[in-house]
Amino acid sequence: MNPLLSAEGLTKTYGARIGCRDVSFDLFPGEVLAIVGESGSGKTTLLRCLSGHVAASAGRVIYTTRDGKRAALDEMSEAERRLLMRTDWGFVHQDAREGLRMGVSAGANVGERMMAVGVRHYGKIRAAAADWLSRVEIPEDRIDDSPWSYSGGMRQRLQIARNLVTSPRLVFMDEPTGGLDVSVQARLLDLIRGLVKGLGLAAVVVTHDLAVARLLSSRMMVMQQGRVIEEGLTDQILEDPQAAYSQLLVSSVLQV
Amino acid sequence: MNAPAYNFAYLNEQTKRMVRRAILKAIAIPGYQVPFASREMPMPYGWGTGGVQVTAAILTPDDTLKVIDQGADDTTNAVSIRKFFVKTAGVATTERTSEATVIQTRHRIPEMTLTEDQILVFQVPIPEPLRFLEPRETETRKMHALEEYGVMHVKLYEDIAHYGEIATTYAYPAKVAERYVFDPSPIPKFDNPKLDNCPALQLFGAGREKRIYAIPPYTRVRSLDFEDHPFEVQTWNQPCALCGSRESFLDEIVMDDKGTRMFVCSDTDFCASRRGAA
Repeated sequence: MNPLLSAEGLTKTYGARIGCRDVSFDLFPGEVLAIVGESGSGKTTLLRCLSGHVAASAGRVIYTTRDGKRAALDEMSEAERRLLMRTDWGFVHQDAREGLRMGVSAGANVGERMMAVGVRHYGKIRAAAADWLSRVEIPEDRIDDSPWSYSGGMRQRLQIARNLVTSPRLVFMDEPTGGLDVSVQARLLDLIRGLVKGLGLAAVVVTHDLAVARLLSSRMMVMQQGRVIEEGLTDQILEDPQAAYSQLLVSSVLQV
Repeated sequence: MNAPAYNFAYLNEQTKRMVRRAILKAIAIPGYQVPFASREMPMPYGWGTGGVQVTAAILTPDDTLKVIDQGADDTTNAVSIRKFFVKTAGVATTERTSEATVIQTRHRIPEMTLTEDQILVFQVPIPEPLRFLEPRETETRKMHALEEYGVMHVKLYEDIAHYGEIATTYAYPAKVAERYVFDPSPIPKFDNPKLDNCPALQLFGAGREKRIYAIPPYTRVRSLDFEDHPFEVQTWNQPCALCGSRESFLDEIVMDDKGTRMFVCSDTDFCASRRGAA
């Protein structure tokens, strides 16, 4: 089986400063990879390179498209890349306001991707939006409300619905539970886990929260100062960290 | 009559050449917004500085000019722009649509079918149809380049979700020659079907935003809609109170403070010529 997404020696520098250095991995269909590390370790930079939001300084990202072709991201035309981003991929931002169109209703937010790929039937768009809202546990009577009237947790769920409506195969998540209180976090994680399993999605999840990595991912990478210092199965790393920094990270988790 | 201090039609010849180049490019790429070096005009932005520059660039001494504002020839904007060209170009003017060779308009298309010998010049406040959904110019240009127009339907979706129908009644977005989505300026959507396959050349000038775009004669212009909510124009359940027309765009006029209303044609020339013929 071909990997869905491959990174080969991915490096991003900002002048003399290093965002991420020489990152390589393969992500297979249906697999969830967590990238953990402290603030400033290059997690988000790596995610932005992988998702084509910023161009890497060196190395490349290869994606297997639906027709089975392996294509390097930087060799695609911008039109192809943007089409990929709104059909085959999803991107869940830490701050839901970045990922949502705040000026329009929740239903329009979910329907936007369908309209972007050419659906021109209002009834079908509306039905799909209602269906997706119920799948992310948003009451159907909130469909015409503005995301401004939503709580943080609801916005995050709306953002997820908006990304999943075109049945993507790969979702990038940047701290999906950041800024939410723990009970809301728990429900959101439950929801994401259910959706990822149910739809067979592959995902790359960036988080500084090891509990999120534990719950969602099957594999994880630990980053420090732009480098991947350890990678392996999630349970293996969390139970038996090898690198000194990973040990520190695992032991820093607060126990209640 | 022609004030000697001015060049013909106010703008100097170099400026007119610059505007004409933009117009030619706009005609070559129907619906595409061509940037141009818009000049300060002796009137405020929002009064039709873009339209005036386009008119100045295409006007010849033999032209007959008609200027309308909301369909009327006798409102402030129309009167002052007509006077401006009488003063600076000394061209003949008319209020009759059929006699005009150049028609500058704000917010309406004449009811009479235009001919191949006429040019219609629109005054445009905001040329970018995507502006209210995407504030970044770099992004809107990219969206036009890649034909990413899905977001236009988000606006129409919102209308139906909130009002049960497409509530956009003016500046209704349309697609030119199956390529560029454009803003037809704040004409009522009643006039959108007239843009389609029109024998006259249609030019659009936005002075403040420094853009010119065009619809060449006989070009397909399709108003955006949904399959289950097709594009529709406004209708009235009464005829024009003056000429009795049932097919023209009607203005509602408040007659007193007791709620009396009167509906009359917004196109004054159309209304007057119908009354003259009757």
